[in-house]
Amino acid sequence: MSLLSLENITYINDNKIILKDISLNINSGDFISIVGASGSGKSTFLKLCAHLISPTEGNMIYRNKSYVEYSPIDWRKSIGYCFQNPCLFGDTVIENLNFPYLIRNIMMDSSRVTKLLSLFKLKKSYLNEKVKNLSGGEKQRIALIRSILFKPKILLLDEVTSALDVDNTLIVENVIKALNREGITILWITHNPEQSKKYSNKIIVMENGQIMSLEVLK
Amino acid sequence: MNGGADISISSMLVSSLLVMVSLFFTYFQKLNLEKEIIIGVIRAVVQLVVVGYLLNYIFGLKSPIFTTFLLSFMIFNASYNAAKRNKGAKNGLLISFISIALGASITISILVFSGIIKYEAYQIIPIGGMIISNSMVALGLCFKQMNSAFKDKREEVQTKLSLGADILPSSIDIIRDSIKTGMMPTIDSTKTLGIVSLPGMMTGLILAGTSPVSAIKYQIIVTFMLLSTTAICSFIACYMCYRNFFNKRKQLI
Repeated sequence: MSLLSLENITYINDNKIILKDISLNINSGDFISIVGASGSGKSTFLKLCAHLISPTEGNMIYRNKSYVEYSPIDWRKSIGYCFQNPCLFGDTVIENLNFPYLIRNIMMDSSRVTKLLSLFKLKKSYLNEKVKNLSGGEKQRIALIRSILFKPKILLLDEVTSALDVDNTLIVENVIKALNREGITILWITHNPEQSKKYSNKIIVMENGQIMSLEVLK
Repeated sequence: MNGGADISISSMLVSSLLVMVSLFFTYFQKLNLEKEIIIGVIRAVVQLVVVGYLLNYIFGLKSPIFTTFLLSFMIFNASYNAAKRNKGAKNGLLISFISIALGASITISILVFSGIIKYEAYQIIPIGGMIISNSMVALGLCFKQMNSAFKDKREEVQTKLSLGADILPSSIDIIRDSIKTGMMPTIDSTKTLGIVSLPGMMTGLILAGTSPVSAIKYQIIVTFMLLSTTAICSFIACYMCYRNFFNKRKQLI
């Protein structure tokens, strides 16, 4: 049984076809790499899965229900999304990590936050760090922590390691691998062929808004 | 000029020589603004004479219904102008009308029920004019700020939505910034009252012969009412307007 199924999805924006007739079954526990040239529709595909945009045609079935039957908020709470350029808001790191708790009207779980910070090799003192003083790698790690605080069923990652150095990339890769082992389904866009083969069980190649191939590795 | 006495026609004619001063500089500096100045002066005189006689007539009518109608007309015009700053937004005119009407009504009601002013045209129309025009400027600023913030902070809003936030928590910073932008000019002018400028109404009262001590009482009330109306209408307009930036599936348009 698929966790998320995309059925003949087409997405048109400003009379331009961005995604064309995409069908895909994503199973629970999958680690799927999405590769393809710039402008092939990879990021739009993830935005669609995150329900930040709706398909012009076709349907998305998540846990046996069409996306229209879900409240967009419930959908997004269940499917995490990390952008290519991490956007941290407010002044401090804690504001960002408290936000997912704030919108659920619950107190921040300090032990969970501390555990995730240490998983990403960040000290607890980072909580009071000013966002403007963080490096690109630190921002990306905080954005990732923010996305996984409530263990989403599916995690969408848009080139999250593309701007990171080797050390930071390794830290992020290890955490993502661990999350997948815990049962979180991963869809990540990467330009690194080695990275995609190392961790994924499926590789999707996109071109001109279409899925050109789906390779099952293991 | 003696206290509140009428200005004679001959004094008015002498004062018109001041126009010659600006014409002289324009001609001397070859600014080619002579025609503009002459047309501007003629229009100002004609418009003010018409408004003067019209207000004289209106103030004579002691009908609350007519006063209310006139206030509504002023609110509609102000809303129309403010909505121009909110091009492309759904219900821009309606949002402007509701927020200005509510802001003005609440403030005027407080002033009337507290006995500070009477619901008579000669008091309501000038005070309403001040309130409504101030609200119009505030709303224009709110809309402008909101439109540009939703463009500049698109990623931030998308990030918050992707974390599972509803549209209000995703936009709250933009809403607050927009309200602040709408209120700032009024707050700034409040801070500098009497130091940088003597406001028009207070100056008018002093020129008309009212003692400065009495004039400041009016000015203080005007300041309070402008602050209150600006806050109310900026708040209502921004909270009504932000929804226009999202579709039914809570996606940023």
